[in-house]
Amino acid sequence: MNLLDIENLSLTIGDTPILRNVELSVAPGEVMGLVGESGSGKSMTALTVMQLLPHAARATGRVTFDGIDILAATEDQMCALRGDDIGMVFQEPMTALNPVKTIGEQVAEGIRWHTKASRAEAEDRARKMLDRVGLPSAKFPMSRYPHELSGGQRQRVVIAIACALKPKLLIADEPTTALDVVLQAQILDLLRDLVAESRMGLLLISHDLAVVTEMADRITILRHGEVMEAGDTARTLSEQTHPYTRQLAQASMHVPARARPHGIETGRPLLQVEGATRDYPGRLASLFKRAPTIRAVDHVSLSMTPGQSVALVGRSGCGKSTLARMILALDQPSSGTIRFHGETITGKSEAELKPARRDMQVVFQDPYGSFDPRQKVEKLVAEPLHVLEKKPTRAERREMVAHALHEVGLGVSDMDKYPHEFSGGQRQRLSIARAIITRPKLVVADEPVSALDVSIRAQILDLFAELNQKLGIAYLFITHDLTVARAITDEVLVMHEGKIVERGRTSEVLDHPQSEAAKALVTAAPDLHRAIAQRMQEQG
Amino acid sequence: MTLHIDIPEETFGSILAKAFRNTAFVAGFVITLLILAMAVVSYGWTPYDVTKLVIADKTQAPSLAHWFGTDHFGRDILSMVMVGARNSIAVALVAVGIGMGVGVPLGAFAAARGGLVDEALMRLNDLVFAFPALLSAIMITAIFGPGAVNAIIAIGIFNIPVFARVARAGALAIWPREFILAARAAGKSSTQISIEHVLPNIATLLLVQGTIQFALGILAEAGLSYLGLGAQPPMPSWGRMLFEAQTHMVVAPWMAIFPGMAIVVTVLGLNLLGDGIADILDPKSRRQR
Repeated sequence: MNLLDIENLSLTIGDTPILRNVELSVAPGEVMGLVGESGSGKSMTALTVMQLLPHAARATGRVTFDGIDILAATEDQMCALRGDDIGMVFQEPMTALNPVKTIGEQVAEGIRWHTKASRAEAEDRARKMLDRVGLPSAKFPMSRYPHELSGGQRQRVVIAIACALKPKLLIADEPTTALDVVLQAQILDLLRDLVAESRMGLLLISHDLAVVTEMADRITILRHGEVMEAGDTARTLSEQTHPYTRQLAQASMHVPARARPHGIETGRPLLQVEGATRDYPGRLASLFKRAPTIRAVDHVSLSMTPGQSVALVGRSGCGKSTLARMILALDQPSSGTIRFHGETITGKSEAELKPARRDMQVVFQDPYGSFDPRQKVEKLVAEPLHVLEKKPTRAERREMVAHALHEVGLGVSDMDKYPHEFSGGQRQRLSIARAIITRPKLVVADEPVSALDVSIRAQILDLFAELNQKLGIAYLFITHDLTVARAITDEVLVMHEGKIVERGRTSEVLDHPQSEAAKALVTAAPDLHRAIAQRMQEQG
Repeated sequence: MTLHIDIPEETFGSILAKAFRNTAFVAGFVITLLILAMAVVSYGWTPYDVTKLVIADKTQAPSLAHWFGTDHFGRDILSMVMVGARNSIAVALVAVGIGMGVGVPLGAFAAARGGLVDEALMRLNDLVFAFPALLSAIMITAIFGPGAVNAIIAIGIFNIPVFARVARAGALAIWPREFILAARAAGKSSTQISIEHVLPNIATLLLVQGTIQFALGILAEAGLSYLGLGAQPPMPSWGRMLFEAQTHMVVAPWMAIFPGMAIVVTVLGLNLLGDGIADILDPKSRRQR
């Protein structure tokens, strides 16, 4: 007897079809992985089960949970189910908690509401639940507020809220996407234990095939609102009978073809960072007291040669992005020097920096936030031309933009569009076009593919590799994703708490990590090959 | 390599065509135009002479002879509303203009510089805020002598901190965005970034605040006129008509209703106009994919 049965579910919002004939089931104690790229209808499937759909949505078909017909249930019946028999964990732990309530209150709230328990009883159960999810009372009293916790700790609170009443079904919608790999591994372990303990069904939604393979017994692959393939995880992924499954699996393991290191370790270094340190003054605790200074980057030295591709890996908050900003001269180091082309760029005025800016560009993580929504592509991509010595005429400028767009695989007609008219992958291409338009020597890319779907990600990585070959651009890739580092870089720097703790050739560091920090990263990183092999082994 | 480019540019004509498909814009445009026309017509013709007192006709209800009724001196309310439009609109528009013209650059500058500059500018702002508008207007007229122009300047000065605040708050939300960082990485100065990226993104905010300040401007002018510091009698203004109507509310409610309506309709028209413009300028509404 299945806990959740979705039969022939179709969903439209307004006139837009979202889901078509979706079939899915979760048995007690089973982990069902729901995989798909953005826009495939994963989250909408989850919201249908919770009946939290937008008002214009119309669902047909059958959704049965524990013998209850969900689509026909009244709002009162659903309120009784939500948070009691069905728990939900959301993607973004920063916004899933109410910032003005303590974590104790937020966990106890659901318990009191559903069980009519007294305040003391509810708090007692909340305390136990928080202990269970790894937030022991000694370090994390119930009176803590969400802002006093880190991202991973907040996600634990969200899980505590969802599991407080021992739900029969837990829906986790991208529960680890906003976390770094080490935290991701911890949260996945926690979810796995909770499932085993109480024979809870888990519907795990993710775009990451490796994560789902590690976790799920069975898997359902969704595309454009239709189920492409469903079945046992190990068999589905090892046989890859369906073309889309194969495409997804290949994209997640994709390594761009690169002619190996060219011209490395020769010539003058392109970039030299010596003893760069960045301190942030602590917050004013009171009028006369200041919290201790935070050292984000601690005596970091590194050097890059022209055309070299280097990865800077590390967990979130380790100072990677701060270092990148200093290299780009968007932030000043507290001490130490940064030299680009042999010229010191620290402490220079904006006018003196112009020559350096021409040869140094940046690609950001968020393809949605990195463009001014009010400007057309032509102006946006042409922005760096501003630093050229000779200002191009309008016609020349259009010509250059057209050329850059062509190089990243976009059309000339895209020039007069606005950013919102592009998909995430296309915007990242725009970002790259903007970065290469001045023919820079160095591009700093801050998590350039982590917000993209796997197939798009493979394409963007290919594009980076191709441009590295063709234009000889050196890359500094900032990432927490080791597959990206492996795919596209020659050298790896591992950063931990503001310091570089390990450096070396990419394959060496990732295959034989020496430092604690590097080992933690490597073991925590989900790997599709390894996950499939492990699954096969378990089943003999 | 040469790539042929033949994409039609977005022309003034195409924006105009788009504007006239926007209901809010058209409605706002028509209302604003009517009010302005009324003010212009009043220079040449009004149904009655607003300077002539006809005590025999005092506080008459609206009728065919006096569409909007008459006031306690027997003056025709319709004529007064028409003439009053000149003063009220001029004062409010100029005051909003001064407020925006000075306040927005100040706010944007404060947000761009941050730190001590920001702090100093905002405290200065608070200082101006601390004086009630009327008080500062009285102060200014005391120094420079009474008159409509000085009243306008006084109200305008009072508007500056309002716009500075709104502009700063909006700009602060835009500055940490990645596209600003990208622009900085491209070597643009903070002034350039403010003009090219920040202002277009907070324009809607400013437009809305502008319509609110416009309404408040009309009322402030009323207050000043009441104290004899604004438009001098017998020249009517909407605000003073409202004040004068206070004592006759029960006997002659139309004395308050019609100038009140005039203010409401003007503000509504400007609001719709502002909404429409914001909508037309929003790239998301420009072209559907």
